[in-house]
Amino acid sequence: MVNPLSSPRAVSRTDGVVATTPTPPPALEVGGLTVAYGEKPVVFSVDMAVAQGTMTAIVGPNGAGKSTLLKAVLGLVKPLSGEVRLFGLPLSRARDRVAYVPQRASVDWDFPACVIDVVLMGLHRELGLLRRLRPEHLARARACLARVGMEDFASRQIGQLSGGQQQRVFLARALAQSADLYLLDEPFAGVDAATEKAIIAVLKDLRAEGRTIVAVHHDLSTIRAYFEHMFLINMRAIAAGPVAEVFTSSNLQRAYGGRLGEAQVAGMQAADAAS
Amino acid sequence: MIWQALSLQLGYNASLVAIGATILGIAAGVTGSFLFLRKRALVSDAVSHATLPGIGLAFIAMVALGGEGRFLPGLMLGAALSSGLGLLVIGWMLRRTRLTEDAAIGAVLSVFFGAGIVILTVIQSMQSGRQAGLESVLLGSTAGMLRSDALVIGTGGALVLLAVLLLRRPMLAVGFDSDFAAVTGTNVARIDLAMMGLVMAVTVLGITTVGLVLIVALLIIPAVTARLWTDNALRMVALAGLAGGLSAYIGAAVSATAPALPTGPIIVLASFVLFALSLALAPARGGVALLLRQIRFRRRVHRRQGLLALALGQPIHEPFTMALLAREGMARPDGVATEAGRAAAAKALLDEARWAALRGDPAHGLTASRYDGLTPIETVLTPDQIAELDRHLPRAQGVA
Amino acid sequence: MGAEFVALSLSPLLIGVLAAVTCALPGNFLLLRRQALIGDAISHVVLPGIVVAFLLTGRVAALPMMLGAAGAALVSVILIEAVRRTARIEAGAAMGVIFTTLFAAGVLLLEQSDTSGVHLDVEHALYGNLESLIWLDATGWSSLLDPMALAGLPPELPRMAGALVIVALAIAAMWRPLAIATFDEGFAATLGLPVRAIGLALVMLAALAAVAAFDAVGSIIVIAMFICPPAAARMMTDRLLPQVMWSVGFAILSAVLGYVLAGYGPLWLGFANSVSAAGMIATVSGLILGATMLFGPCRRRAGIAA
Repeated sequence: MVNPLSSPRAVSRTDGVVATTPTPPPALEVGGLTVAYGEKPVVFSVDMAVAQGTMTAIVGPNGAGKSTLLKAVLGLVKPLSGEVRLFGLPLSRARDRVAYVPQRASVDWDFPACVIDVVLMGLHRELGLLRRLRPEHLARARACLARVGMEDFASRQIGQLSGGQQQRVFLARALAQSADLYLLDEPFAGVDAATEKAIIAVLKDLRAEGRTIVAVHHDLSTIRAYFEHMFLINMRAIAAGPVAEVFTSSNLQRAYGGRLGEAQVAGMQAADAAS
Repeated sequence: MIWQALSLQLGYNASLVAIGATILGIAAGVTGSFLFLRKRALVSDAVSHATLPGIGLAFIAMVALGGEGRFLPGLMLGAALSSGLGLLVIGWMLRRTRLTEDAAIGAVLSVFFGAGIVILTVIQSMQSGRQAGLESVLLGSTAGMLRSDALVIGTGGALVLLAVLLLRRPMLAVGFDSDFAAVTGTNVARIDLAMMGLVMAVTVLGITTVGLVLIVALLIIPAVTARLWTDNALRMVALAGLAGGLSAYIGAAVSATAPALPTGPIIVLASFVLFALSLALAPARGGVALLLRQIRFRRRVHRRQGLLALALGQPIHEPFTMALLAREGMARPDGVATEAGRAAAAKALLDEARWAALRGDPAHGLTASRYDGLTPIETVLTPDQIAELDRHLPRAQGVA
Repeated sequence: MGAEFVALSLSPLLIGVLAAVTCALPGNFLLLRRQALIGDAISHVVLPGIVVAFLLTGRVAALPMMLGAAGAALVSVILIEAVRRTARIEAGAAMGVIFTTLFAAGVLLLEQSDTSGVHLDVEHALYGNLESLIWLDATGWSSLLDPMALAGLPPELPRMAGALVIVALAIAAMWRPLAIATFDEGFAATLGLPVRAIGLALVMLAALAAVAAFDAVGSIIVIAMFICPPAAARMMTDRLLPQVMWSVGFAILSAVLGYVLAGYGPLWLGFANSVSAAGMIATVSGLILGATMLFGPCRRRAGIAA
C-alpha cells in the first residue's frame, strides 16, 4: 500500500493510490486537490484514485471534507488547485458516465412532484428540452423504482415518504442515469435498516455489473461488510487501499485523532479483532 | 445652502425637523440591527407596506368623527394596528400553511398595500381635493411638517431607544442563538414580539419623514453597514445607530434646502453611500481587504503544495504554483529547486510530518483541530512539545 | 351596456388578465425557489430602469423602457449577489439594501427630471392606471371585427399579450431543466445543466413580466401577482403542472373579479366613484389566497417530518 501522506504532489497524472493496471484508466482520479471555504481549507492537497469496477468508502470524522471532496469531483464547488479526471477525461467530457446521489437533506421534499417525476429527472439527458415522454421512458423509470423496492409508490407525493423511502427514490433516479460511476453522499444517513439493506444490495449488483461505486460513509461498523476499498480522509488523505489493509486502529487514530466516539471505538475493536 | 442646512441654520422649524429625523434614524439603525441579527430583515418590508390600509382607515374614521384627518398620532395608531395585523397574518401563514417566509412576507406586503390603495381612492372620492398630502406617506416629505409632528417623531424615537436599551440583552441572546436563549429561560416568543413592536414603532414614526416604501431601507442598510465594521454585536448596534442617524440627518437637511427634493430617497441614498464606502473599505469584511486576503491565501496554498512536491522530487504541473515558486526564488523555471527552495521544502515536509504525528495523538485533540495545512507547527506548540513530538516521528523524515 | 362595456371595460379587463397571468407564470418558480421576494425587488427596480431609459432617449417609448427595466433588473440581481458574497450576509438583507437604494434613486431622478407632459410619476409607478386604458374607437362588440377600430386599441394590450406569449413559450421550453434545477440544483449541475443561466433566465422572464405589467397595473400589484396566485395554487395540488394551471386560473379570477368590484362595487354600495382597479385586483388575489389557506386540500406541509 502506498501511503499518500508520504507523497503529496501538486498534480498526479501517474498511477494513484489504489494499485491499478495501466489500462483501463481509473474511474476517478484526483491530484493535488485543495478546496477552501473562505480561508479555511476543507480538503488539502488530496490525491485519490479509484479503479473501475470497485466499491470504495470515503471515511473520516465530521467536517473532514468527505462531502466536499465529492462535490469538487462533480464540479459543484470550485477547487483552489488540483485536477480531477473521470475515466481519464475531464469532467465536462465524462458527465454522462457519472451519477450523483446527494444528501437527502439537501433538497426541499415539499416540492410539488411525485416519485415517478423525480426518477424521470434521471432520464433528462435522453429527454432533453422538448422530446416527448414515451411509454418506454416511463417503463424504465418504473424498472428503476422496482429495483429499489419502490414500485408501488410511483404516484406518491414525495413529501409523504419516509427518510428511507426518499433515499431509495434518489438512488432510483441515479439508476435511471445508467452511469458507470456512482457517487453517493452519505446514502445510509438516517435511513431504516430495511432501506440500508436494499441500498447495499443494489450497490453490490451495480458493482457486479462492472460499475464503480464511491460513497461517503460514516458508520465504521459496517465498512468491512459493505466495501472492498476505503479512503480515509481528514482534510488530508490519511490512507487508502483495500479495507483489509487500511482499516486498522492506527490509521483510524490518525484520521480521527482525539475525536473518536464510542461507535468508532467499537468499530476499531472489531477491526482489531478481525486482523 | 447645503452647508447652512447641515449646520442647522435654516431656521427653527427646519432644525427641529432635522433633529427629529436624526433621532428617528438612530432608532431605526439600532432596531434594524437586532432584526438583521435575527435574520428577518425583510419582515420590515411587510410591516411598512401593511401600514397603508390602517392609515387610510384612520383618516376616514377621524374625518367621520369630525376631526382633522391628518392628525399624526391618529394616523400612527391606524398604521400600527394594520401592520400589527399584517405581522399576525404572516405568523399564522408560517405556522398553519406550507408557505415559506419569503412568500408570506410578499403576500402580506402586496395585498395590504393593494387594499391600502383601494382605501386611498375611496378617500379621494369622498374628500374631493382635501386629502391631498395623504399620499406623502408613500415617499415621505418634511416640507409640510408641523412642529408638533417633529416633536412626536423625536419623542417616539427616544422612547424606542430607551426600550432597546432595556431589552438589549435578551434581544441579543435571541438573535445570537434562539434555541440556547430558550433553554436558558428567555421567553423567545415574547422577545420576538417586542422586537417586532419596536420595528413597527420605527416604521410608524418614519412614515411622514421617509415614507412607507423606503423606511425599510433605514431599518436594513445601517445595520448591514455596521456589520461590515465589527464582529461585536453591541458595537454593531451602536454603529448602526450612528450610520442611521447620520443618514437621516443629511437627508433631512439636504431636502430642507429644496422642497422638490423628497426626504425619503435622499436619506436612503445617503445611507447607501455610507454602506458602499464600508463595503469597499472596511478592514475585516470589506471588499478590498477580502480580495487581498483571498489572493494571499491562494498563494500560501500553492506555495505549500509546491514545496511539498519539491521535497518529494515530484513534478509540478500547475502553472500558477510553478510561477509562484520561481518568482520567490524557490525553484528554477524548469522545476529544479534552488538552495533556498530545498531548505524551505524540507522544512515544509518536516512540518507536515510533525502535524501528522500530532493529529494521530489523542493527547493533542484540541491543537490538532487547528490544522489547516498551512499553519507552521511552531505557532501552536512550544519548542519542548515539538521536541517531544519529534521523538515519535518515523526516523529522520525529510530532514535530509 | 354592450357598447359601453366594449369601449370602457373590455380592454382594461383584458390587460389586467394578461398582466396577472404573465406575472403568475414565473411566480410559480420564484415561489418554489424561495425567491418570492426577488419579484418584490424586481418590481421596485423597474422604476429606475424606466426613468434612466426615459432620460437617455427623452421620450416615453415601449422598447427603450423595456430594455431599461430589464437592464435594471439584471444590475440589481448582480448587485444583490455581489453584496451577499462580499459582506457575507443573508440574501434578504442584501436584497433590502439594493432594491430600496435603486428605487430611491429612481424616485429622485424622476423628481429632478422634467417629466411634465409625459405619463411618468411615482404614484403611477406604484399602482398604475388600469382604468384609463380604454378603447375609444369601439362602438360595440362588432368593433372586434373592424380593422379600423382595432387599430385604436390601447398599445398596452398587444404589448401585454406579446409579453405573455414570450413568457409562456420560454417557460414551456425550459420546463424540464427549470423543474430539475428548482428541485435539486446540485443534481441539475451534475447533469451539465447551466443552473446559473437557468436561474438568471427566470429572473429575466420575471423582469419582462414586471415591466410589461408595470405600465398598466403598477409595481405593487405586480408583486401580488407574482406571489398570491402561485401561493394559492400551492394549497390546491402537489404536482407542478397542475399548480401552474391553478395559478393561471386564480390570476384570471383575481383580475376579472378585482376589476369588476373596483368598477361597479362602489356603485352598488351607493358611492359615485370607482376605486383603484389595480389595488382591488391585489386585494382579491389576497382573499383568494386566504380562502385556499383555510380550505385548500394541500395547505399543510406534506407527510412525515424528515
